[in-house]
Amino acid sequence: MSGARGANHRGSLAVLTTRTRLEERLIFAALERRGLPYVQVDDRTLVHRLGAPGAVRYRGVLNRIMSHTRSVYATRIFEATGHRVFNPSGVVDVCGDKILTSLALVRAGLPHPETVLAVTPDAAIEAIERVGYPAVLKPAVGSWGRLLSKVNDRDAAETLIEHKQSLRSPIHNVYYVQEYVDKPDRDLRVIVIGDEVVAAVYRRSDHWITNTARGATTAVCAVTDELRSLALRAAAAVGGGILAVDLLERAGGELLVTEVNHTMEFHGLAAVAEVDIADLVVDHVDRNSPTDLVEAAA
Amino acid sequence: MTTAAVSTCPDCTEAVPSADDVRVTSIVECPGCQAELEVIGVDPVEYALAPDIEEDFGE
Repeated sequence: MSGARGANHRGSLAVLTTRTRLEERLIFAALERRGLPYVQVDDRTLVHRLGAPGAVRYRGVLNRIMSHTRSVYATRIFEATGHRVFNPSGVVDVCGDKILTSLALVRAGLPHPETVLAVTPDAAIEAIERVGYPAVLKPAVGSWGRLLSKVNDRDAAETLIEHKQSLRSPIHNVYYVQEYVDKPDRDLRVIVIGDEVVAAVYRRSDHWITNTARGATTAVCAVTDELRSLALRAAAAVGGGILAVDLLERAGGELLVTEVNHTMEFHGLAAVAEVDIADLVVDHVDRNSPTDLVEAAA
Repeated sequence: MTTAAVSTCPDCTEAVPSADDVRVTSIVECPGCQAELEVIGVDPVEYALAPDIEEDFGE
């Protein structure tokens, strides 16, 4: 495998990146403070020949790739060459797909917004009407609140489905339909690292999409026993690791787990949290990466 | 952060300052045209237009 320039980085940690954002800068700073050798690997430079002989070069691999598709395959490539990747491919697979995430959360008995799936445009109308109006349609794969649609009536539903069909993409004609939760002007994000809840924030917005990528602001949220329990159960349901669990509140206060993020962004949280998230991430990777490297049969 | 180097935007040629701890793959915004620029070299600092955000980007 190639990707990192330079000589043998055996014993170093690798950080897979697409861009160096605030989160990555904080992670690099934490690695340097701890004196941990690391290599930044730009995902655009990865080239891997299947079956090529090789050795484990990195002690552990922290995946900060921004593209879900690239993340899925890069994780599997590094795992195939004997690396421990944070998070593992099974977690990336589930968290990167809202349908798989919902299936895992519901299977684990977690409170979740009512969700109806359909795999053809023809069935989508029925799925939407089973949920009732207003309904929310989300792409199975996608983030930052992109292409989230609040559908208020049948006319809007038919128009939206026609538009999605025109995208000519099979994934856009899989329909993930959720009840619209009339929440307060906020949602909750809880950071779980390993088996610990390390921080939680509210994300506030006047818009119904409360995502910091869409301008939401963050404020510290007290971690109650209920919140801690739900977040840990949600993290376990998707395989565990370094995760951000998102929740909504119903008007009556009931908490619903909506999704779990596998390559969490924490710029909003870092601004208000009392803990150093980047340092906790690095600590987790360091403690869970092998110290005695085994040469890999790649 | 202090400004250690200035290079130009490949789109509008405006001077774009960079911090002294800048890294390759960092993203900066051109003060002239607001284009997102990716740092592709640090000695000297060099910019290229940042790749577009793709549909499956984000967490």
